[in-house]
Amino acid sequence: MNNFLLLPIIIPFFFGMILMFGQKKLAYQRITALFGLVISIVCAFALLATVYENGPQSVTFGSWPVPFGITMVSDTVSALLVLTTLILAFFIVWYGFGSIGKQREQFFYYPGVMFIITGVNGAFTTGDIFNLFVFFEVLLMSSYLLIVLGGEKAQLRESIKYILVNVISSALFVITVAFLYSVVGTLNMADISEKITEVNQPGILTVIAVLFLMVFGMKAAIFPLYFWLPSAYSAPPIPVLALFGALLTKVGVYAIMRTYTLFFTHDLSYTHELLLILSIITIIAGCIGALAHFDVKQIIIYNIVIAVGVILFGVAQMNEVGLEGAMFYLIHDMIIKAALFMLIGIVIFVTGTTNLRKMGGLMKTYPALGWFYLIAAFGLAGVPPLSGFIGKLLIVQGGFQAGNIWTSIFILASSLVVLLSVIRIFIYAFWGEQGQLSKEINKTTYNRLFFPTMLLVIVSIFYGVGTEWIMPFMEDAAKILTDPSIYNDAVMKGGE
Amino acid sequence: MEIIMAFVCGFLFMAAIYLILSRSLLRIIIGTGLLSHGAHLLILTMGSFKGSAPPVLADGVTDFVDPIPQALILTAIVISFGVTAFFLVLAYRAYQELKTDDMTLMKGSDDNE
Repeated sequence: MNNFLLLPIIIPFFFGMILMFGQKKLAYQRITALFGLVISIVCAFALLATVYENGPQSVTFGSWPVPFGITMVSDTVSALLVLTTLILAFFIVWYGFGSIGKQREQFFYYPGVMFIITGVNGAFTTGDIFNLFVFFEVLLMSSYLLIVLGGEKAQLRESIKYILVNVISSALFVITVAFLYSVVGTLNMADISEKITEVNQPGILTVIAVLFLMVFGMKAAIFPLYFWLPSAYSAPPIPVLALFGALLTKVGVYAIMRTYTLFFTHDLSYTHELLLILSIITIIAGCIGALAHFDVKQIIIYNIVIAVGVILFGVAQMNEVGLEGAMFYLIHDMIIKAALFMLIGIVIFVTGTTNLRKMGGLMKTYPALGWFYLIAAFGLAGVPPLSGFIGKLLIVQGGFQAGNIWTSIFILASSLVVLLSVIRIFIYAFWGEQGQLSKEINKTTYNRLFFPTMLLVIVSIFYGVGTEWIMPFMEDAAKILTDPSIYNDAVMKGGE
Repeated sequence: MEIIMAFVCGFLFMAAIYLILSRSLLRIIIGTGLLSHGAHLLILTMGSFKGSAPPVLADGVTDFVDPIPQALILTAIVISFGVTAFFLVLAYRAYQELKTDDMTLMKGSDDNE
């Protein structure tokens, strides 16, 4: 069925709409939200299998011929990301039962989550540059709702800054699309790619490439544009933070990945060199932030910045190994960031503080939490049997192949800083004397928080151990990213 | 004509950036309004001003203007309208809770909680 690739977008949207009714009935809200996500996950699995077997799928709305209608394209890259998004959303919603609080749940929390998933999946699947803008707005508006929901003072203060930054970057996106339209005269991504190849990327298109890097870099938090992220992400409650940390910046990374492998591939010495330098400085900035803070939330938030830098370093290599590593690392990072935010959410729940200096000795009272945190921390740093290893290995291998020896060694060195920053949480919170404990601990809430977190960490372990099974999908994704003609052919033929 | 419009858009962007960099929250929101006006005018300009008739099918008219930028602007207008409405209500609520509209006083330290 040709419309099949729309299901992971339409199902969350539909469930978001029916969740708008019956706000006060908690059981209805929770069960419907989980049910909707489970159906979407099944569809996303089936979609990934279809895409893997039959090549990229595309559908053009209204049966218009290709460059004239809005095309939705699902290749292995986007199918993998859609599946990961839905699985993470499932665990985060489940985790939220124990921590988000009744009042938020009764005030459009679940519709907000469903619409943010709609926007993220749409942005991963669309094949039209203006439609990408619209899906960005869908996910941003839902994120405005989720970041301010609850109306605490810190949330109000930070969401003003968050909205302001995103309004500016959206205006910049519109401006960039206007420039691109005036040069190539089309909005369909495959068509743009072919038109740019025909004119062989003159100077104006390189300028537009840099503008796109600014727009998406503001969403993805790359070096000179990441300043909004640490304060904005510290405001919302933990499940929302996990959702943002795992999904939102990654949409920006995906958009950079897509535009820089599909459109702007003819002036690599300028555009990709710029991306390389920015990614390195992003990693440095993230490392400094991750080491400077004694606040558990801030440490993990700065680790988002580091990971964005590492993924973009893989993209900047523009060879198949580097892109394969970037894909591996992207999915690993989505999973592990969600898991880490959920874990430190439990730590904050147990101790009642975010300050590392006040914590201590949790290993005696919560050994399981400690060991799972340690596994997730090693996974983030890339210790071999766990999930972060293979992605970084391939990225560094790509770097060596492209001749960027010193910067690749730098990526390896940054892993040490990442390890140090997360192990510091382990040492301060789990070792030593018994520190502060919250007065409101009850066992059922703890178990409700711990169970989905545990499952997600186990998923990340499987992602690392089962590399053999995942490898063919990643190879396929890297092949599509290195060779735009596969994508273009699929779109141009698919619409007939 | 395009040159004039380019100057108009540039002036709007200049005013928008000046207002966004100011201290008062309401000025910042006015700045974002001007920014979206500038962006919308820019799409119109970038679609070029060829053609004289509005893009509606009519007998004997062949010289239409490009309809795509108009559709894009219409979409962008409603989106920025939605966001601005939300932003204004948020600013109102923040004024009630935080008792200030000065951005330099909205700092994220523990003393301001």
